[in-house]
Amino acid sequence: MATLVSHPDEARVISKRFGQGATDIERYLQLDGYKAVQKALAMQPDDIINEVKNSGLRGRGGAGFSTGMKWSFVPKQSAKPKYVLCNGDESEPGTCKDRLIFEHDPHGVIEGAMIAALAVGSHTAYIYIRGEYRYLSVIMQKAIKDAYAKGFLGKNIFGSGYDLDVYWHGGAGAYEVGEESALMESLEGKRGIPRIRPPFPAVVGLWGGPTVINNAETLAAVPHIILGGADWYAKLGTPKNGGTRMFCLAGHLNKPGVYELPMGYNLKKMIYEVGGGIPNGRSLKAVVPGGSSTPILLPEEIDIPMDFDSVAKAGSMLGSGGVVVLDDTTCIVKFALRTIKFYQHESCGWCIPCREGTDWLKKTLTRFHAGAGVTKDIDNIYYLAENMLGKTFCPLGDAAAMPTMAFVKKFRKEFEDHLDGKPCPFEKTGTAVPVMA
Amino acid sequence: MGIEVPSFCYYPGLSLQGACRMCVVKIEKMPKLQTACTTTVTEGMIVATDSDEVRQARKAMVELLLGNHPLDCPVCDAGGECELQDMTFSYGAAESKYMEAKNHKEEQQWSPVVYFDRPRCILCYRCVRVCGEGMDVWALGVQNRGVSSIIAPNESDHLDCEECGMCIDICPVGALTSGAYRYKTRPWEMNHVGTICTHCGDGCKTTLGVRRCDTGAEIVRGDNRDKSGINNDFLCVKGRYAFDFAHHKERLTEPLVRKNGKLTPATWEEAFELIGKRLREVRDQDGGSAIGVIGSNRTTNEENYLLSKFARSVLKTNNVDHHRTADYPALAAALHGKPGKTASMRDVLNAPAILLIGNDPTNQHPLLAWQIRTNVRLRRAKLYVINAAPIKLRRQAAGFALVPAGAETKAVAFLAGDDSMLDQFVSETVTREAWLALREKIRGEQNMVIAFGSELRGHDIEALVNFASSLTGAKLISLGDYANSRGASEMGLYPDLLPGYEPVASADKFQKEWDSLPAETGLSLPQMAEAAKAGKLKALYVVGSNPIGRLGIDPFVFSKSFVVVQDMFLTETANIADVVLPAANAYEKTGTYTNTCGDLQLVKKAGEVSNTKPDFEMIVRIADAMGSDVSGLVPFGSGTHSDMGQTRGAQSGEADRHAVWLEAHNLEPKMTPFDPMAILDEIQRVVSGYDVSRVNLLAGNDQHLEIAESGASSIQPPELIVPAHDDLFSSGTLGRYSKTLNSVFENKTAVPEVAAD
Repeated sequence: MATLVSHPDEARVISKRFGQGATDIERYLQLDGYKAVQKALAMQPDDIINEVKNSGLRGRGGAGFSTGMKWSFVPKQSAKPKYVLCNGDESEPGTCKDRLIFEHDPHGVIEGAMIAALAVGSHTAYIYIRGEYRYLSVIMQKAIKDAYAKGFLGKNIFGSGYDLDVYWHGGAGAYEVGEESALMESLEGKRGIPRIRPPFPAVVGLWGGPTVINNAETLAAVPHIILGGADWYAKLGTPKNGGTRMFCLAGHLNKPGVYELPMGYNLKKMIYEVGGGIPNGRSLKAVVPGGSSTPILLPEEIDIPMDFDSVAKAGSMLGSGGVVVLDDTTCIVKFALRTIKFYQHESCGWCIPCREGTDWLKKTLTRFHAGAGVTKDIDNIYYLAENMLGKTFCPLGDAAAMPTMAFVKKFRKEFEDHLDGKPCPFEKTGTAVPVMA
Repeated sequence: MGIEVPSFCYYPGLSLQGACRMCVVKIEKMPKLQTACTTTVTEGMIVATDSDEVRQARKAMVELLLGNHPLDCPVCDAGGECELQDMTFSYGAAESKYMEAKNHKEEQQWSPVVYFDRPRCILCYRCVRVCGEGMDVWALGVQNRGVSSIIAPNESDHLDCEECGMCIDICPVGALTSGAYRYKTRPWEMNHVGTICTHCGDGCKTTLGVRRCDTGAEIVRGDNRDKSGINNDFLCVKGRYAFDFAHHKERLTEPLVRKNGKLTPATWEEAFELIGKRLREVRDQDGGSAIGVIGSNRTTNEENYLLSKFARSVLKTNNVDHHRTADYPALAAALHGKPGKTASMRDVLNAPAILLIGNDPTNQHPLLAWQIRTNVRLRRAKLYVINAAPIKLRRQAAGFALVPAGAETKAVAFLAGDDSMLDQFVSETVTREAWLALREKIRGEQNMVIAFGSELRGHDIEALVNFASSLTGAKLISLGDYANSRGASEMGLYPDLLPGYEPVASADKFQKEWDSLPAETGLSLPQMAEAAKAGKLKALYVVGSNPIGRLGIDPFVFSKSFVVVQDMFLTETANIADVVLPAANAYEKTGTYTNTCGDLQLVKKAGEVSNTKPDFEMIVRIADAMGSDVSGLVPFGSGTHSDMGQTRGAQSGEADRHAVWLEAHNLEPKMTPFDPMAILDEIQRVVSGYDVSRVNLLAGNDQHLEIAESGASSIQPPELIVPAHDDLFSSGTLGRYSKTLNSVFENKTAVPEVAAD
């Protein structure tokens, strides 16, 4: 169990029930559990979708697409069964929010998936949990079992005449499966490799049926929107970026942890006030704002609101909410190597640029950091990443390329300091980067 | 439009991958480059297939591939035929950007004919798809992930499959190589001859790679690089590898004459003189009816026609037969005067529905099976299967009905409306309702192709034709074994039928063409054996057939007959011969084949084994040795003067003009009596349905023949048909001599499993 943190600036919506024993269904019911789904049962599907649309809820997996819009793409009539999928394959380095949600509020995810199912007219939902989160699947299993026992799931839920089944499924340990179409392949029992799109999941998804697939955090927000209303939720955040966000503060911070903050919360404030600032009197070197795939930001670039559009304007991405803070003892070349090692290991191998590109980046950076780099390597690292960007089958290649390009662009000097057989300038002072060991 | 968009993973007819990213193009209003293979063209879309951005993206892909790809092109089998080489040539990528070692993995042997070299593999997944989607074998898959991804066989370290080699052929690089070909030659050192496979009756075009050797010309490789054939991409294990019988160590390369009871090497002259003398004696003393002639299912139409003509006009006998594997005469009789009722092999690929009665195409007609599978997969054709066994094609079937063995004919009657047998058909797997529903579905199909095996014969075929005539646009295919069974049948290798299914009894046309012919019907093959036993058959002339080995005929019945055999090997039949002549095979001569659908195709000479002769030449030499007029047999020089090959120079103006005309029409002057094209002239003139375009034929195109124009034909005794029952790894007598066919473990008899200890 992870230790919970808190800060006065937090706006607790999704994390409202954290630490209150809500894994127990009775306790969950005391805390307004399963009220939202009962309210939704009395609503028209289109009204549910409109409510979610109006709330400004945007996908918390990283892409930030309007959730209500996504649901509205599912055809009303379908010859094949429709499905709702909860993407709980949280694997982006620096991101650990879904883990807490599953751990403290599994019923919240189930309830969110149920409301999504009602909205699109689906009778089957799957909650896909990252393979490495094995202990969470035990919690989720129990939660589903308890919900069935109460008659909340299965035939005729809450006596409404509506049938709805919810299943959990565990991954086998692949970052790639966090990509929605690869997740569907995995769920169907195949290799976790993304599908060609179009057709998009809303039209042809799991087993060929129309499918809604949402991040666990997104679904966990839905019951609160239904109960509290779209306006209330939207006003928690900034225009076009409704609600709150689970920010995972990690790295060189005094008070790392997952904080639920309003969308648009200032990044600088997040680091120095919520996260308690940089320890040991060191200074800030850089920030990865949204998980390891997002381009790194320099200290002078962080006075920005943390919402999808503002971070994009600053040249990075809000991503999955994983804020990684690096102090001045960090070797950026080593950090780049760590990052690329991850993507090289997780590349599914389907397409050439990602499979070969991540491998050559890893090989080159390994040698480079070890002191055997040559000048043209620096350009070559950039060239490799640049030629991967936008050319890969799925976003995994971009996830490897974008930060790499930013490392070279913003820290070229530091790369040059590794040349000519010089030892890594941070070798003595450097502390292990805590996120991607 | 002639715009090339490069690709590795895209392959026509196979599922889309979007994996190689080579086909990226710039589409207006789209921020990223898009893969052309996965993008549907829409109205008004503006696409740039070539720009600096696009070229750079493709160059980067090639660079990335070359990073790990071994540059062993000088020793790689694919060198010179490699798509990665071509791409590198097109997009540059000449600079080495990386300093680290390439990823290495040891080469693996998956079967006697399939080797896999992971470092060369670019992971385009073509092999995986052609094996699974194309062949429905699913023997290849992908293991591991990322840069460790590797193509893997279905049996951990080896393949258990049909050994078709499609994976090797489709591999754009040298990752999958052929055990039969690897390290033998460079592709540019071979001549590539597109000819027709000599094994089953489907008539696939196979491109033989040929190289000079000290005994003539060796066939080194078979593939289908020329995709113009009826088989497009397809070749099976036999078409791809089983040309190797040509260089089997038991191949006969000199005539043998029996002396003191023993077959002894002799000269050609000695052999021909002896044969000519003896056959003339028998004909003149005992009459032509004392001579029997057995033709072949693998010799060309020209040879079969010549043999038929030689038997009738020179030997004066109608005792002509061959190993029958399907009842083509019955089909000819049933379709007499009903044009447009047969389907070509190409039709199978496009028919909206296919009904298969009997046969197991996966084993016996691999191309037909491929056509059916491809049609079902890509065009959603409906396949209906009626069979006495759960054949593999049932997996593609919209309707499959298992019938008791031998009940296929009753199934035809049922389809035609006779319900009296229905109760016998009902089983646990196919209920009464299912049968009735199947019949309704079949009856509702339009333009259906109906393919039937040799289970249907004689009047059964008439019944099927009648049923087919009740449907809209139905067309038929009769499935027989061996490469030119249909040709043997159409060239009149029957005791009662002349070429074009003209009955001997009403053969006015041939009486005129061939001079006097024996009037009475001759003996069938079993009847010849009976006659020989009774001492009435004094001589037997066997061309490329092994009736003793294949049809179970007692060899001792011929102990008093003078037996001449033309063959490549000392078969059971050749063993009892008085004279054995070493024959060239179909890969070593020119002519035409008619496949089982009735598609006429050109056979081209590829290999050569010195001191063997084509059957055509041997027939002519025997006629000559008998003192017969050769120019009457082969109309060489009967056209213009230049055909004689003697007037060039003497009447140069006319001759040259004619030569120019001949060349313009892709024709050869017929200068010798050994030129099969001279007989092809006669076939096209005389045999009904064969007057197709010669230019098309010589250009290597298949042409479907119209059987309805044939003679009245006749109903044959059904017991004379003996199916070969070949599978993918056997091919009549010939299969025994193919080292490759015998090397694959799928061809070995299953060893019963013995429990350990």
